[in-house]
Amino acid sequence: MKKKLFFIILIFLFCKLGFAASDVTKPMNYKFSFDGLLGSLDKNSAQRGLQVFTEVCASCHGLKHLAYRNLEDIGYDKNQINNIAKQFLVDDIPDENGEIKKRNAIYSDNFVDPYPNEEAAKAANNGAYPPDLTLIIKARKDGANYLRSLLLGYEDTPEGFDVGEGYYNKYMPGKIIAMPQPLYGEDIEYQDGTNPTLEQEVIDVVTFLTWASMPELEKRKSSGIKVVIFLVVMTFFFFLSYRKIWKEIK
Amino acid sequence: MKKENIKNSGSLLNWIDYRLPIISMLKHSAVDYPTPKNLNYWWNFGSLAGFFLLVQIITGIILSMHYTAHVDHAFSSIEHIMRNVNHGWLIRYVHMNGASFFFIVVYIHIFRGLYYGSYKAPRELLWWLGIIILLLMMATAFMGYVLPWGQMSFWGATVITNLFSAIPLIGESIVQWLWGGYSVDNPTLSRFYTLHFLLPFLIVGVVILHIVALHTHGSNNPLGIDRKGPQDSIPFHPYYTVKDFFGLGVALTIFFSVVFFAPDYLGHPDNYVPADPLKTPAHIVPEWYFLPFYAILRAIPDKLGGVIAMFSAIFVLFLLPWLDTSKVRSATFRPIYKILFWIFAIDAIILGWIGSKPAEGTYIIIGRLATSYYFLHFLILMPLLGYFEKTKPLPSSISKPVLAE
Repeated sequence: MKKKLFFIILIFLFCKLGFAASDVTKPMNYKFSFDGLLGSLDKNSAQRGLQVFTEVCASCHGLKHLAYRNLEDIGYDKNQINNIAKQFLVDDIPDENGEIKKRNAIYSDNFVDPYPNEEAAKAANNGAYPPDLTLIIKARKDGANYLRSLLLGYEDTPEGFDVGEGYYNKYMPGKIIAMPQPLYGEDIEYQDGTNPTLEQEVIDVVTFLTWASMPELEKRKSSGIKVVIFLVVMTFFFFLSYRKIWKEIK
Repeated sequence: MKKENIKNSGSLLNWIDYRLPIISMLKHSAVDYPTPKNLNYWWNFGSLAGFFLLVQIITGIILSMHYTAHVDHAFSSIEHIMRNVNHGWLIRYVHMNGASFFFIVVYIHIFRGLYYGSYKAPRELLWWLGIIILLLMMATAFMGYVLPWGQMSFWGATVITNLFSAIPLIGESIVQWLWGGYSVDNPTLSRFYTLHFLLPFLIVGVVILHIVALHTHGSNNPLGIDRKGPQDSIPFHPYYTVKDFFGLGVALTIFFSVVFFAPDYLGHPDNYVPADPLKTPAHIVPEWYFLPFYAILRAIPDKLGGVIAMFSAIFVLFLLPWLDTSKVRSATFRPIYKILFWIFAIDAIILGWIGSKPAEGTYIIIGRLATSYYFLHFLILMPLLGYFEKTKPLPSSISKPVLAE
């Protein structure tokens, strides 16, 4: 009886007391490579995702918390990373005349933002600020499924629905999104020769952005398994000691 | 026997203890300390709470070495910790979830006290110190949640600090004084950081008093009767040390499962969006451990009334030792109180659920009923029950509980 109650309380406490319901469509479920207790990141997919990001998303969205050097995690070496970085310009430190010149970005720089500031970004995008995408997967509920659904979810506006200057997307809260459909399929030529269907591009970019949000994901899950196994064994021995020591007490 | 050995040996410990009696103090209160022999697993949660306090302090100090308390840098400095600091992600996830687990074990600890009447004489001040710890924890956790300077940090801080504006006449001035300006901004963030660092050490102080008060009359026990003699007690070590270690093992297994596999489960995704004073989130919700109190706050249609109700929900606990008129401590021997206890526990969970919902429609009605019941339980049912409840006969001693049946 008491044990049952104990578990009921535990379950209640661990149930996330669901956040406010609204009329937003639930994202479609998809099994990503990084899902599950043992899931690990599909690095080829993440590399293709970087290509999608660079060729499409990066014209409006930044990744400011990510550094080019971090790309080593998804399988690039230092030379390749320097080659990626040097396409972008950053402010150098002031020279001897106090002038600030531009220089090519290097390995240790953070990803260069497409706009110099938020106001410039808004001015270029009809007043809507394209959010930084470094944390987008963590900043949305069920982030990976949400982003995949959103990118696949552009539909014709239903009759009588006024989207103003935006676009209709039922996965977006409010169903109106300021961003036009970014990916259509066949709009990228993958370096590794993968067939660039829309579904493929979306999964790749979601995989890349999941890594950008949680670069620790693989390490976290693999050490998590070891830690939890260790704790279970340790607890078992504590339990045996407990039983042995308490045997004489009645 | 063991004591004699220490006394007679010319050991270094003996030398120290003769001059500074820390060894014998420790021996007195953590080794020989006589403890009722019948404590069940619900008595594990006090030491677990102490453990999580320690975890929070240690991880917090490490985080403070890398965190920047400035509105322009706070959010990025958290990402710096998550990405660039060695094992920073682990330390931060332990700290984030450690707060949640600290509240889980403390709430269970409190409910254990409610069930077994641990607040009754002579333990009223022990209970009071516990409530003070809870209040300090709440203040600390609230200010800690502001530090990442995400959307929920900012808007949570705005909503909660604005509560003080309900105070008549001086409310507005108090809020501006709390903010250090005319809105939640950089001065607010930096003072919250200072206080978030300071309060845990005050908690340690109150915890020490809590333990002193505990050890004065000893632990209550599941039967709720006083110990009649040495046959009812066993030394704390090794019996309860090993039991606490076993409990700790179970708690750590659950804790690290969450830390490693669902570290953001108990948090809100909006807090990974940087604070924006111009953009209010659709629903502002506090951390889960505040939800029951948030529900009580919103149940009252009047702002001042809501604030008073919310604070009363905790302050009523101070009066509990006198509101409960029953002479019997443990719910084991109080058939009606036992039922009321579980109804109250369910009521608290309903309040938590309502706190997470928008204040509209049926949720408002459920919230008001649950809030009314919360106070009904303490202010009406508890005092009356002592007079009307027919309690079961108490056993003559802990060693002979069989007689009661």
